[in-house]
Amino acid sequence: MKKTTVRKAEELFFRVIMFLATTLILFALCLIIYSILKHGLPAVSWEMLTQVPKGGFYFGKEGGILNAILGSLYLALGASIMAFIIGLPVALFINIHLFKYRKLVISIRFLLDVMWGIPSIVYGAFGFTVMVYFGMRSSLFAGMFTVTLFIIPIMIRAIDEVMKTVPLGLLESSLSLGSTKSEIAYRVYFRQCISGITTAVLLSFGRAIGDAASVLFTTGYTDNLPTSLSQPTATLPLAIFFQLSSPIAEVKERAYASAVILTVIILAISLLSRVSARRYQKHKIK
Amino acid sequence: MDSTAKITIENLNLRIGKQHILKDISTQIPEKQITVILGPSGCGKTTLLKSLNRLIDLYPDVKVDGKIILHGEDILHTDTDITTIRKRMGLLSQRPYPLPMNIFNNVAYGLRISGRKNRRFLRKRVQYYLELVNLWDEVKDRLYDPASSLSIGQQQRLCLARGLSVDPDIILADEPTSALDPISSEVVEKKFIDLKKQYTVVVVTHSLQQARRIADYAIFMYLGEIIEQGPASEFFSNPREELTRSYIKGLFN
Repeated sequence: MKKTTVRKAEELFFRVIMFLATTLILFALCLIIYSILKHGLPAVSWEMLTQVPKGGFYFGKEGGILNAILGSLYLALGASIMAFIIGLPVALFINIHLFKYRKLVISIRFLLDVMWGIPSIVYGAFGFTVMVYFGMRSSLFAGMFTVTLFIIPIMIRAIDEVMKTVPLGLLESSLSLGSTKSEIAYRVYFRQCISGITTAVLLSFGRAIGDAASVLFTTGYTDNLPTSLSQPTATLPLAIFFQLSSPIAEVKERAYASAVILTVIILAISLLSRVSARRYQKHKIK
Repeated sequence: MDSTAKITIENLNLRIGKQHILKDISTQIPEKQITVILGPSGCGKTTLLKSLNRLIDLYPDVKVDGKIILHGEDILHTDTDITTIRKRMGLLSQRPYPLPMNIFNNVAYGLRISGRKNRRFLRKRVQYYLELVNLWDEVKDRLYDPASSLSIGQQQRLCLARGLSVDPDIILADEPTSALDPISSEVVEKKFIDLKKQYTVVVVTHSLQQARRIADYAIFMYLGEIIEQGPASEFFSNPREELTRSYIKGLFN
């Protein structure tokens, strides 16, 4: 009898802890969104979205951050596409072709997890070294290269985690039909995992567009619109950083406004990809 | 044996790590008959079946020796492309795994990877194979729905149609009815009896009743060894081994 009471108390204890933890997380999230909206929303204007910085912009005069918005979109899009082109085959390869070599696969996953954990500033420093080695200036391309390196482990592991859940029977059935492993990769696994792959791309895109440290040395900053891969390019995280470090209140407000824009971009892409993933989800075999 | 051997297995031994899973298996699987592999769980019958189309290649630490001879060729030691060997054998697994695409494409997939792309040809063949497994009438109005929307019994028949579409001459089935309702099971069993006119069928089962209903030739396995094998009529009416006798009586499972 007594045991039951103890077990019930235990159950209650853990439920309270879980409830508190969940509340804490949600509260923190709401607080972040509230604070950027409160400071940023009043400063968001049409001008900000459609103009490049004019003279005196950094002293609170007119202009916008179109240069950073476009720069960030180009950068994140380019890096996500490159990381996807490299990452998808890797994820397929370790799940299908290397299926038999469990220990090797475990080591590869471990390596990727370590790479995932490396701070982005280290990727930035590495990208910078490579850039200097090739005698390049900071440019959109150098930024894309660095950010690609930085999000590849995320891309691969996120796709990989989804592919791990493909039932063994599906692999066996496809092999029994006489499919080659590559046919299985692109005709079966890709379709089976399409929604997870979309999520992986989105996750990587989110990391790419939001990261400041990896682009700090490599992409540079400019008030002009990005027109070429070899030119320096402005990015939103750096736009936030530079404006936030200003002592002028209007400029600080615009930093928050830039954060609002960044958040809205990520939210929009998230929603868009979820909707498009749902279309393919229906063929998934459970 | 009153029929020629389709597959001859000679002294097949299979180890996974240190475990000796299949011990010195030798048998002949008769052509255009239903061979049933019987035995309690864990006796190695599924592994034996998966050795036939070399799905065991997928697993780590597997060591195989012996011979599996199909059309005069030892498929365990051959230069022939593994996909060619697998195309000769359709596999039906315990639980149906349709491909993540619509019903039509599930059957067309096998044709497409064999290089047939003509749409009219595909349509005709898909209909042919779906009719062959008695599924056409149930799905003809919803060919472009996801295969996952079918019932499990329908999915299993779809998988059979898909397996047949690559034009095998052997059908391997691993407890193909264990996940199905009695009516779908009956359809699948009856289909096997129809199909043996054209195909060699190998069925793994742990259902004695099913084995009695469909078997022409029976192989009884226990702990990785073949205890007894023979034509089904003799096997069930007059087993030679004590172990077989008690298994058939249902003394153990």
